[in-house]
Amino acid sequence: MEAYVRRWKDTAVMAKRCLLCSRRNPDTLLTSIMLPALMMILFVSLFGSLIHIEGVSYVNYIVPGVLLQCIGQCSSVTAVMINKDMTSGIVNRFCTLPIKQSSILNGHILEAFLRSGLTSFVVLLVALLLGVRPSLEIFDLGVLFLLLSVSILAFSYGAAMVGIAANSAEGASACSALMVILPYLSSGFAPAETLPPVMRVFAEYQPMTPVIDTMRNALAGKPLEVSGFIVSLLWCVGLSAVFYMISAALFKRKKEGKKC
Amino acid sequence: MEELKTAISVSGLRKCFQDKEVLKGIDFSVSSGTIYALLGSNGAGKTTAVRILTTLLKADSGKVEIAGYDVGKHPRKVHEIISLTGQFSAVDSVLTGKENLIMMGELHHLSSPEKKACELLKYFGLSEDADKSVSVFSGGMKRKLDIAMSLVGNPKVIFLDEPTTGLDPQSRYSMWNMIRDLNHSGVTVFLTTQYLEEAEQLADIIAILDQGSIIAEGTPEELKAYLPQGVIKLSFQDAENLERAKNLLKTYRMSMESEKRELLVFTDGKADTLAEIFYRLYKNKVSIQDFARLTPDLEDVFLAMIQEKGGESNGSLC
Repeated sequence: MEAYVRRWKDTAVMAKRCLLCSRRNPDTLLTSIMLPALMMILFVSLFGSLIHIEGVSYVNYIVPGVLLQCIGQCSSVTAVMINKDMTSGIVNRFCTLPIKQSSILNGHILEAFLRSGLTSFVVLLVALLLGVRPSLEIFDLGVLFLLLSVSILAFSYGAAMVGIAANSAEGASACSALMVILPYLSSGFAPAETLPPVMRVFAEYQPMTPVIDTMRNALAGKPLEVSGFIVSLLWCVGLSAVFYMISAALFKRKKEGKKC
Repeated sequence: MEELKTAISVSGLRKCFQDKEVLKGIDFSVSSGTIYALLGSNGAGKTTAVRILTTLLKADSGKVEIAGYDVGKHPRKVHEIISLTGQFSAVDSVLTGKENLIMMGELHHLSSPEKKACELLKYFGLSEDADKSVSVFSGGMKRKLDIAMSLVGNPKVIFLDEPTTGLDPQSRYSMWNMIRDLNHSGVTVFLTTQYLEEAEQLADIIAILDQGSIIAEGTPEELKAYLPQGVIKLSFQDAENLERAKNLLKTYRMSMESEKRELLVFTDGKADTLAEIFYRLYKNKVSIQDFARLTPDLEDVFLAMIQEKGGESNGSLC
């Protein structure tokens, strides 16, 4: 029990360190707060009048897509931070401390979770200003919160994996490009049916689509589609678990100075 | 309590990376409260040894114990005893010096990390810069902070991997004093260095690591004793005098550097022998421009050892 509390404390200290680092880094502030707000505004003002989707205004339609895209970008900061830790001597110092090594990784995840939470909040706030009126039912908000949480976890563990595997910060930051592109190939910005055939197949089966659809329903206050909700949860939790295990294994290899 | 007297004991330590054998079975032990220096050129295997001793890397074979704990079997116990300061400063440069230290205190589960941080800042003379971001610190200050961070958990054995590489002479000198002070307070210090002077200045025992093997070990004095004493250097104004001196001193082992017009004569070091040499030269009217008695320093030992082994990498220096 005591060991368990200790481990959480260590994770919290690590997270605090990462938060301090990212707060002092202007880049992080930019990608976590400015960029999401700008994306939201840009999409709505550029495409809002061009794209018409049956039954909803475009602002309402794109909120979940922008949310995921911004969380994805946010997680690329984590990839770079972890990579810096791995390539500078700092990880050696942490690994010779009397702490569980998993708290190093989990500290980064906790920080990413809090930072992405802030980003999501900013996106939702801007959406409100642009005229989105989400459902305020406790149940709908709960679904939204849960889905946001698990997708943040999946993104963060994915970013951690990339950060550990990459040989340089440049490589690690390249993952952000992928995070920005993937939401386009989903139901986030246009209905999947409107995409060309190959992309459509990808969009229909990629994990972001059920997450986005379920979030959109929750935001609109429509009844929950249970199967979509469960598929979303399974995707996110499953991906988090896989990414976590790969990260832990890579971490061990990298610590020993091997290439991945 | 035999165990407590030996801080580090290493036997038959081997490590390969892919097909390259980096450590070829090294043995040594370090007594508590001493400074042990592992001396070697780049790529000799120093860092690999440190990484294994500090649990970061698993050995292929061999036994490593820190204060009686096997590094492979009880890494957590070892972590409570040791601290590592790596070759590159492991500090968060966007944080302040104090924040860095407090974070370490929290990770060591100290009851008042802040107090310890202030203590260490004062000890290392960094109090004034405590709240400045580390990114504005000079190299020497960063290194100090680095070491301060490794002392937060009151380690009994500290590992310093090339602690003064890249520092200016002044910072290096103050780093040496700091390491001596640490040692006086009872901490066992294991350091690696590529500077012979550093090892000579600091260490109680020096081991010379070359291409994965320890080729010599002993106190600085013992190592120096490997070298012949009583080498004298004679220099001459011109080639003619040099040539004549060479002929006159044929009975001694010599080495000549014609360009500098210098002659190294290996003697038994006795004053009588020197008198005899000077007499021979004086009697034959060979004029000597300058004379020096060479006291061997570790550099000579190092080079002599490496050459003796038939090493090709650094031998060309002399």
